[in-house]
Amino acid sequence: MGTLNFIVLIPFLAAIFIPLFYKKGSRLHIGLLPMIVAVSLFIYLLTYIPQIANGKTFLHTISWIPSYGINFTTYLDGLSLILALLITGIGTLVILYSIYYLSENEQLGHFYTYLMLFMGAMLGVVLSDNMMGLYVFWELTSISSFLLIAFWYQRKRSREGAQKSLLITVSGGFGMLVGFLMIYSMTGTMSVREVIQIMPGMTDHGLFVPAMLLILLGAFTKSAQFPFHIWLPDAMEAPTPVSAYLHSATMVKAGIYLVARFTPVFGGDGIWFWVVTGVGLFTLFWGSFQAVRQTDLKALLAFSTVSQLGMIMSMFGMGSVALNFGYSTESVFYSQATFAALFHLVNHSTFKGALFMVVGIVDHEVGTRDIRRLGGLATIMPITFTISLIGSFSMAGLPPFNGFLSKEMFFQAAVDITELGLFHMDTIGNLIPILAWVASIFTFVYSMIIVFQTFLGPYREERLERPASEGPGGMLISPVILAAFVVLIFFMPNVLGNYIIRPAVESVFPTLAAEVDLGVKISAWHGLNTALWMTIGVIVLGILLYSFPKAWRWIYAIFPTGWSLNSLYNFTLEQGVKFSRTFTNGYMTGLLRHYMMYIYLFFIVLVAGAFILTGSYDFTISGNAEISTFEWIIAMTLIIAAVSILFAKSRLTAILLNSVLGYGVALFFVIFRAPDLALTQMVIETVTTVLFLVAYYFLPEWKREKETRRINMSKLFVSIGVGATFTVVALAVQNNRLFERISTYFENSYELAGGRNIVNTILSDFRGFDTMLEVVVLLIAGLGVYSIIKLKAGKRGDKLENQ
Amino acid sequence: MKINNVILRTVTKISVFIILTLAVYLFFAGHNSPGGGFIAGLVLAAAFVLLFLVYDMDTIRKGIPIDFKKIAAFGAFLAVGTGFGAFVFDVPFLTQSFDYFEVPFFGEVELSTVTIFEAGVSFAVVGVVITIILSISEDV
Repeated sequence: MGTLNFIVLIPFLAAIFIPLFYKKGSRLHIGLLPMIVAVSLFIYLLTYIPQIANGKTFLHTISWIPSYGINFTTYLDGLSLILALLITGIGTLVILYSIYYLSENEQLGHFYTYLMLFMGAMLGVVLSDNMMGLYVFWELTSISSFLLIAFWYQRKRSREGAQKSLLITVSGGFGMLVGFLMIYSMTGTMSVREVIQIMPGMTDHGLFVPAMLLILLGAFTKSAQFPFHIWLPDAMEAPTPVSAYLHSATMVKAGIYLVARFTPVFGGDGIWFWVVTGVGLFTLFWGSFQAVRQTDLKALLAFSTVSQLGMIMSMFGMGSVALNFGYSTESVFYSQATFAALFHLVNHSTFKGALFMVVGIVDHEVGTRDIRRLGGLATIMPITFTISLIGSFSMAGLPPFNGFLSKEMFFQAAVDITELGLFHMDTIGNLIPILAWVASIFTFVYSMIIVFQTFLGPYREERLERPASEGPGGMLISPVILAAFVVLIFFMPNVLGNYIIRPAVESVFPTLAAEVDLGVKISAWHGLNTALWMTIGVIVLGILLYSFPKAWRWIYAIFPTGWSLNSLYNFTLEQGVKFSRTFTNGYMTGLLRHYMMYIYLFFIVLVAGAFILTGSYDFTISGNAEISTFEWIIAMTLIIAAVSILFAKSRLTAILLNSVLGYGVALFFVIFRAPDLALTQMVIETVTTVLFLVAYYFLPEWKREKETRRINMSKLFVSIGVGATFTVVALAVQNNRLFERISTYFENSYELAGGRNIVNTILSDFRGFDTMLEVVVLLIAGLGVYSIIKLKAGKRGDKLENQ
Repeated sequence: MKINNVILRTVTKISVFIILTLAVYLFFAGHNSPGGGFIAGLVLAAAFVLLFLVYDMDTIRKGIPIDFKKIAAFGAFLAVGTGFGAFVFDVPFLTQSFDYFEVPFFGEVELSTVTIFEAGVSFAVVGVVITIILSISEDV
């Protein structure tokens, strides 16, 4: 078994075991188990760095459904390694933090199960090479994110936020699935690596642009790009460790990962460049612009995450033009934007993770995160203050923190791209550096707000829920480590650049990497160039804007409050619910006989239709064996039983007559030497009879139905139709017109499956997949019945909801 | 109204064991002769249903303190688990394997991973059937 596949499965295994080990009030904290899992995976992944840096890649395939090309294939290269290290590394720190953040009274078992589920799914996303596998893990991250946002499900806002994020990301993911299927139909393979090799020759294909846009839809919804960003601020209802982990460091980067992964497939195309760069830049601007006006610290961080994600996205867009040139000095020149993007991806995870944890500590200690109520915490919480200072200054792009380096590279890339002579860059292309610069000013302003409005100014204890004090040591460990990285990366950027980022760039540009070294030497000082002047401008204007907020805050009043994207979302949701309610009420009458009619009509149309269309309804009975007396007797008994059900006076009689039918058929099986079927039929009949008896206990007295003649006629028509269809199917089955005979394959079951009972080997071996899923369906049905009956609405009251 | 069903009870006491034995037999016979996990599960369920019918529910609950929901979940877990178990041996999902072993006293015996899968099916069937019947009948 490939160890890489194991890496993906281990968190899932842990998720299974956590509920088994979890006991309230045990001495060992349950969070230790996931932490050990995360830290060991992280260390194990670290051992891959030297080989990956040397250009090696790792691939392992486990067949899943080979007949459709769907396999569980893991592929580790520079790009996946970066993400995998972030997932496990930040994951470890977040779990450590959460041990101190969440109180023992919370449902910790659930929390860590969901968290492990997420970690496994996320590792699956970044390590999958098969598009179907990628899709499955992709949606699993959405589901675990949903569960984690709704962790405090008693709150209405949590539930709404969870619903919003699920609706938006899953519908985007669905679009992505369609995109994948389009690629599959174009290239005939599900493997991303093979697609990368085939696709460049197919840019003229009619599905090329639709597939690209659909995949981008998936990426943009996941990475909260404008106009889909609205779910991220609402997702902040989740506990802070979750926000730090999923909604800033890892899950929202999945979309960026997808763009990076598919850059070699679509990159170099004008549409790809403009959509990715344009959406990214606008998101960068809009996110930072909105962040400034937030008063809740977490909402502010949410918008700032949106904005930073847009920045990374736009850099990937700019870098993608490198593929347009083939191998040349120009392509290496433009690929530097991608280098910057990956660099900033790492940096963002460090400083934003630290900031989220700091906000969590503040919230935990004083009970509020409203910046209008906070202030003057610097002396009371010195360590927290220092961390937030480091994080915010890094985000603002100030030295000596890592954000400065990547921000400079971003400006450089934005300036460089204007020299590109393609895709109408000479006209509207000049907007790129301007927009980037303006957005960075707002970034500077909100970064200052985080530090200064929380930690400086007057301390007003009467406005806080409880008097402030420094957070517990355990909670401080994780943000301190992250803040240390923020500083460390500034002083030693090239270690990171050489060993981790360069291989990742190489996997984004596999064709270029073969020709030339794509590494970039990162330096803090690179002369007084345009990028540095831009930074200086940002600082000066940022300080001015921060100092005189009244002078420009009126801008926000321009945008009417009633016309936001959120109201559009709410309107759509409301209308959707209304429409589906009317539609569903239209046919869900609550009358069982109507439902039976739907089923039977559908059956007649489908089966009889198929038989008539294909002309496979003919049959001959001349070759059939003679019907013995014994068989006549059973058949007559069955007919009599069936007809007398119509005249039965009570339900009990009807049930018993119905079971006469069942046992009669079982007798037929005995005569025709099908002991397996006979056994099954008998036992099923026994159990269902009991079930019917139990269920009918609750039904009212059986009365004759008084219906109009027309309804009765339609029922007669449907009954005869079903009967006739069944009879024809049973008789025509022998002619093998519709399907080929496949039974010969199963005849040597003894050699293939080691069993002489063909029926059973088919059930459990040849068609094991079906049986397995049937078992699962059976379980779900059983739990459904149980929960419908046992957990009736109203039993527990509705005080749990709407807190 | 109190029904005197001494005869039924006495017969049940003995026949339940016969049915249970039959279920076990069917389970192991399934590989080469009629039987199998699904049927065995149903027969087991039938035995339990008989007990619940003849005696009242509380008595049986006390005698067999099993949560059938858990049995059902365990069964499904086992069935799906064998699918994933194939990964450990680096073969496609749900691949089953068998071999023949010399066991003292029994002679040559065929051991097969399908048996585990079948056990999962049986447990799921028993668990679900009893859960459904019990929850409907308890809802008075």
